[in-house]
Amino acid sequence: MKKKLILIIVITVLAAAGLLFLVQGLLMPKFMSEIPEGAMIQEYYDNAGGNDVIFISDCEVYENFSPVTLWEEYGITSYIRGSAQQLIWQSYYLMEETFKYETPDIMIFNVLEMKYNTPSDTGASSQREAYNRMTLDGMRWSSSKWNSIYASMTKEERSKDGVWSYIFPILRYHDRWSELSGEDFRYLFSRDQMTDNGYLMQVKVNPVGDDYPVIPLVDYSFGDNAYYYLDKMVELCEEHGTQLVLVKAPTLSPIWYDEWEEQMEQYAQEHGLLYFNFLEKIDEIGIDWNTDTYDQGLHLNVYGAEKLSRYFGKILSEELGVKDHRGEEETARKWEEKCETYMNRKERLEKELTNIVE
Amino acid sequence: MSFTSIDFLAFFGILIILYYALPKKIQWIVLLVASYTFYTLAGLKYIGFILFTTITTYLVTRYMDENLQRQDLYLKKHKTEMSKEEKKAYKKEVKSRNRLWFVITIVVNFGILFFCKACLVDPLHSMSGSAVFSFLSVGLPFGISFYMFQSMGYVIDVYRGKAQAERNFFRLALFVSFFPQLVQGPISKWEQLKDSLFTPHAFDRRQVAFGLQRVLWGFFKKLVIADRIAVAIGTLKGTEYTGVSFFVLTVFYAVQIYGDFTGGIDIAIGVGETLGVKMPENFIRPFFSKNIAEYWRRWHISLNEWMKSYIFYPITVSGPMLKLALKTRAKLGRFGMRIPVYIGSLLTWLGTGVWHGFNFHFILWGLINCVVIVISEELNPAYDRFHNRFSWSNKRGYDVFQIIRMFVLMNLIRATDLFNDVGDYFRRIGSLAWEFNFHVLWDGTMMNLGLSVADYIILICGIIIMFLVSFFSRDDVSFRVKFQKVPRVLRYVLLFLLLLSVILFGSYGIGYDASSFIYNQF
Repeated sequence: MKKKLILIIVITVLAAAGLLFLVQGLLMPKFMSEIPEGAMIQEYYDNAGGNDVIFISDCEVYENFSPVTLWEEYGITSYIRGSAQQLIWQSYYLMEETFKYETPDIMIFNVLEMKYNTPSDTGASSQREAYNRMTLDGMRWSSSKWNSIYASMTKEERSKDGVWSYIFPILRYHDRWSELSGEDFRYLFSRDQMTDNGYLMQVKVNPVGDDYPVIPLVDYSFGDNAYYYLDKMVELCEEHGTQLVLVKAPTLSPIWYDEWEEQMEQYAQEHGLLYFNFLEKIDEIGIDWNTDTYDQGLHLNVYGAEKLSRYFGKILSEELGVKDHRGEEETARKWEEKCETYMNRKERLEKELTNIVE
Repeated sequence: MSFTSIDFLAFFGILIILYYALPKKIQWIVLLVASYTFYTLAGLKYIGFILFTTITTYLVTRYMDENLQRQDLYLKKHKTEMSKEEKKAYKKEVKSRNRLWFVITIVVNFGILFFCKACLVDPLHSMSGSAVFSFLSVGLPFGISFYMFQSMGYVIDVYRGKAQAERNFFRLALFVSFFPQLVQGPISKWEQLKDSLFTPHAFDRRQVAFGLQRVLWGFFKKLVIADRIAVAIGTLKGTEYTGVSFFVLTVFYAVQIYGDFTGGIDIAIGVGETLGVKMPENFIRPFFSKNIAEYWRRWHISLNEWMKSYIFYPITVSGPMLKLALKTRAKLGRFGMRIPVYIGSLLTWLGTGVWHGFNFHFILWGLINCVVIVISEELNPAYDRFHNRFSWSNKRGYDVFQIIRMFVLMNLIRATDLFNDVGDYFRRIGSLAWEFNFHVLWDGTMMNLGLSVADYIILICGIIIMFLVSFFSRDDVSFRVKFQKVPRVLRYVLLFLLLLSVILFGSYGIGYDASSFIYNQF
């Protein structure tokens, strides 16, 4: 009798937990038709391993570097671990997590993230929280995710459900029942790949207009917290024998101040790191602000990203000695598929754009 | 730590495991540690207040109890040697010694409560409109109104010889700090709580299941109903909402405070029940009351019982009042005889008002209740004549009319809670008499209160469920006992749906201004 009762209780609890898990899956945003940035972090796990170069940062990497171009031109295997308005501590913990899956030769970090020192520096709390979720929800559970959550939570998040809503995302998305769509049901168990090895393709062209105003700042110093995580990145890469390379993507806004540049150059020099500021190489890269940006110089479009990748690929290949894998049958086969997906996506997006214009 | 936070659920889950896994004789120690952990998490800065009350309560009750015991021993020992007068004089001397420390303890502790309510609350709730000692910025110490009344009730009982003083300081500390009661009561008496608080409890599946069901039901009322409707109440408090809009506000507020307060009490009692600790009920279907006296026997029962036992009765049967009754009876007849009752009622309701907050609108609330109760009592003979004269007034239809009448009347009185500005309250009450703006019900006003159509649907369904549960408990048999008779599979499905509705439709988390329990502010 007692055994039967325990069995009934266990089955009931398991059934309830299973149903709640299913409901949670249904309620979580899928980011398939809108805001694909929210789906990017979790795509990595299907592509983890075998990458010689990993880019880690925000839109300055996932919009500006094309791993497929790096492969096609130089046989470099790479992946971009980036998400919208990703902060430096999130990048650090993503880097830490990446080392659990693979040990790349080169880790590339885009330094614009240094401008944010705390979660509240990035603007409205609700907006920050939304960005946090896009970066953190997609991560698999590990100490890295746990620490990243604690480093990222806004004041409001801490005062409400805190870490619990990351452990049980149903607590965060419980009121999405009123906005469920067919997409939520279609992608309940599996998602499409929204990126090409972390690169989010944009084919639109929106030329740069007027110059962006340079608004003077009261204090140009990067914050202690930002330096703390940059130091940790340096240590982490040293521990794993990976070369950390700092870059600044060639985008016109947000403004990259000369004072910031000096600090980064000094930091790179003091720590023996390579630092490339592509803003200074725009002509060499061949970026044309009339054709190579989709949002007036904030990000590059696919044509600009391919140019930048060709330029940087050469450095990676010739100066940093990153291996050409094109002769390896298994890897080449895998990457050929990626190239095909990339080309199909490009073609589809261009076609869609033409239809819209027409 | 809020009752409706995940932190609390985790805390409660761990507590249940420890409570039943550890030896039974230390269960009360587990509860004491849990209570102080809970209190500390609510705010370490408040710990001094509760410790002070616990220590003074312990010392004075031990002192009084020992004096009484010594007195009994002495009288027993000198039974034959002492005359009746000598015994009386000796007892008087002991009582006077006890009274001194009793009065000091009561005055100091209630003084602290008074000081906190008058000076440390936020400006919106203080009498002067500004926090007198805002530089202290500690706010109202967590649960002070509840543990203070509970402790002082115990001190009075010991002083009166109705309760024996607890010798173990830590057991008393648990009685004062028992965590489910700290948020918003109920205010228990020592005699009500001590047995189940300190008796070892074996794991009782049915009791634990009942307790958890009640906690879940409390979550439903608080998160799905009270917190969802709160946004509309915030809007309706705007000065432009008068007449019918104000009436709607009073109804919405009735729903909110019922869901909030009874929901919180359900969680508190459910937590206690899960741990085998039985606390007194604080509500018995108050919105089914037919008159105001009945309503106050069903709403916030523990506070009203406290007020009755420790303020109303002592005043009305005190020597000076009995003398006054004799004098006024001679001059004013039957009405004069009742004057001490009126004075007792007035002071009791003033006390109840001040308990809610040292603010004019709470005092007004108390006075209005007092006046309505007194008038209602005075009109009782007329009511009786009316019911005898008209037989239809004894039928069910008239009962329903009385219930609705009482609901509306209490809503209007309760609305004093909502307006710090008493003038504003009266202006809105007045608007009911001359502003018949019924169009607000269909011209879209109700859709601009911060509630969507989905919100209204959830609220209507939630209120219907709440009403049905209340309705089916009308024969004083717990709804859960009836619910237990439902086939197991269906019961589990219904409980899962209740859980799911709390998770999906609850107003909590990012994007919601989840409010703490209303009575937690008092």
